[in-house]
Amino acid sequence: MKQCKLNGRLMVEQRKMKGVPGMAQVVGLAALVLAGVFAASGSADADDNVRVGVLHSLTGTMAISEVTVKNATLLAIDEINAAGGVMHKRIQPIVEDGASDPAMFAQKAQKLVQQDHVVTVFGGWTSASRKAMLPVFERFHGLLWYPVQFEGNECSAAIMYSGAQPNQQILPALDWAFQKNYKRIFLLGSDYVFPRTANLILKKHIQHDGGTVAGEEYVPLGGTDFSAVINKIKAAKPDAIFNTLNGDSNVSFFKQMAAADLPPSKLPVMSFSIAEQEAKAMGPSLVQGSYAAWNYFQSLDDPANKKFVAAYKEKFGADSSVDDPMAHGYLDVYEWAAAAAKAKSFDPNKVRRAAPTLGWEDLCIGKTKFAANQSLYQTAYVGESQPDGQFKILWQSQEPIRPEPYDALSFPGKKCVIK
Amino acid sequence: MTDYALLAGQLFNGVSVASILLLAALGLALSFGLMRVINMAHGEMLMVGGYLSFLTYRLAPARLGFGLALIAAFVGAAAFGALLELVLIRRLYGRPLDTLLATWGVSLALQQAARSIFGAIGVEVTAPKWLAGSFTVKGGLMAGFNLPYVRLFIIALAVFVLGGVWLFIQRTRLGLYVRAVHQDREMAEALGVNTGLVDLVIFALGTGVAGLAGSVLAFIAPVTPTVGQSYIVYAFLVVILGGLGSLLGTLLAAAVVGLFSAGAQIFTSVSFADVLLLMFVIGFIQFRPSGIFAARGRALEEG
Repeated sequence: MKQCKLNGRLMVEQRKMKGVPGMAQVVGLAALVLAGVFAASGSADADDNVRVGVLHSLTGTMAISEVTVKNATLLAIDEINAAGGVMHKRIQPIVEDGASDPAMFAQKAQKLVQQDHVVTVFGGWTSASRKAMLPVFERFHGLLWYPVQFEGNECSAAIMYSGAQPNQQILPALDWAFQKNYKRIFLLGSDYVFPRTANLILKKHIQHDGGTVAGEEYVPLGGTDFSAVINKIKAAKPDAIFNTLNGDSNVSFFKQMAAADLPPSKLPVMSFSIAEQEAKAMGPSLVQGSYAAWNYFQSLDDPANKKFVAAYKEKFGADSSVDDPMAHGYLDVYEWAAAAAKAKSFDPNKVRRAAPTLGWEDLCIGKTKFAANQSLYQTAYVGESQPDGQFKILWQSQEPIRPEPYDALSFPGKKCVIK
Repeated sequence: MTDYALLAGQLFNGVSVASILLLAALGLALSFGLMRVINMAHGEMLMVGGYLSFLTYRLAPARLGFGLALIAAFVGAAAFGALLELVLIRRLYGRPLDTLLATWGVSLALQQAARSIFGAIGVEVTAPKWLAGSFTVKGGLMAGFNLPYVRLFIIALAVFVLGGVWLFIQRTRLGLYVRAVHQDREMAEALGVNTGLVDLVIFALGTGVAGLAGSVLAFIAPVTPTVGQSYIVYAFLVVILGGLGSLLGTLLAAAVVGLFSAGAQIFTSVSFADVLLLMFVIGFIQFRPSGIFAARGRALEEG
């Protein structure tokens, strides 16, 4: 229901605002002076700096994933600055901690936009954090670059969705499974919005394509007991499991599957939340042989990716690994810089409209480009987990897939049109 | 897999979950029953046990690692519990709300300490080879019925620990003191029982059992800074359902909770089975506020 009608109003107000950037700056400057901070004035057109916000959880349960995305984002900013910045301005990142708390994300987003006068913000991970920030960016005419795959079903002019839409990650994985003749699919997930929506879409497509849903189970977030679920899986005799469990529950699930004599080599598991970071944390031997679907793997044989991985390792340690959301956090900065350069402005409204007009570019994940609906064209990959925690790419979509925020089978009639 | 095998499997799972709950809740029942201490940091003792066994596997030779890890987890967590009792709990005696707050603080501090020392992402612990497999019924009525060795081991360990604690309380001198303090703290003290020592021993024993639980649960669950949180709610549920300070009550409550969830999960999802379980416990407490076995000790009635 939340279509992008807001947009007309957004642009009008944006124009109204244009008359008074000086005022906003004076207020911002006054606040800074009061705080005793000696910094150049915040917003873009003041001097040699342009401020951007980087908003991720640096503490709390999500910190494990989000700190690395923040690192990748800062790496891109450093690289662009080293190459001369954007429109002869140095990018000055202002890093804030969302503390794994959606309310804190909303608060910090407002602080970044209103107090620090950043021209755009890179950040967010959970859908809850994105939903909390959305009204802030809509109200204050900001622009958020969101790097994580998600459940779709959202369409706002204030967000650039670079993470995969369901049709770019989940559905290609299903196509691959059907090609491998895995037709009886067991759906297992943590009990929250992403797995529920993902499985809703999967069920429609499995039935539509002549497969069978062998079972569907949800376990509370952080749940550690899978004995009954495994019993049901055995009774259902699926060809494969589609796993949207999140976080620590995955460790319990794979350990208990192995104990019940059902390792991934006997019953294929396709996971949507296990990337290089998670495989390393869980112990690669545990998930070895299981599959994952993403739009990026560190092992991607691509010159731009090799450069990215090498630069990341040089900055953050040789044994650090890189994964899909990090690659998106990295490429978002480049896309933003290119869009701003093309628009010849840091105005969020002009930047977001310039982004889809950019050409195809390979920044590390293969050829990409923003679509008019502010999501990213990208290639889907299926990888197999290896003993060293990396993934061997088994399959990839023939071309970058057009992003569809609303799945046509599951949500007929809904369209994402951004003006 | 036949329907019989599914049912038998769920029955076994119920017993398996019950044994895990028993190990997680036993220490809590001991300290709760004897000292009326609500130890919010009990879950973190499981976490400490998990990390201690991780360290033991890293340092000790592979063959000895398993036994040493169990010992290290028990002794380490017990020592930790003793320290906690001496430094904190003892000084807050008779102030249940303050104890609640203080132990909650300890729980947060321990989680953050684990995060700082070992990292937020948890550590890898895998079961030794001989525990990794499972026994499967190949044919007949129960074809497909599967018994993972690691779950069998946890059941055996729970029985062993429960038996050990029972023998300690029923058959030793110190156990006699424990029973005396449990029945009437002041009278026991008047008769020369060192109640401070009894409290210390029981609290340390309770945390030691939690550490042992953490060590074996690492085979089927993650070892992360927050892992204790996933057990603590169920442990309290078992203690409340069983009746404060009753070993038999704790055993029965663990069995009821384990079998109830396993049974409910045949018909419904894990999430909804949790809802049903909580509704069942709330309903039960309405009719029997003091749990399956009301504690007979006077310690609970005074004040």
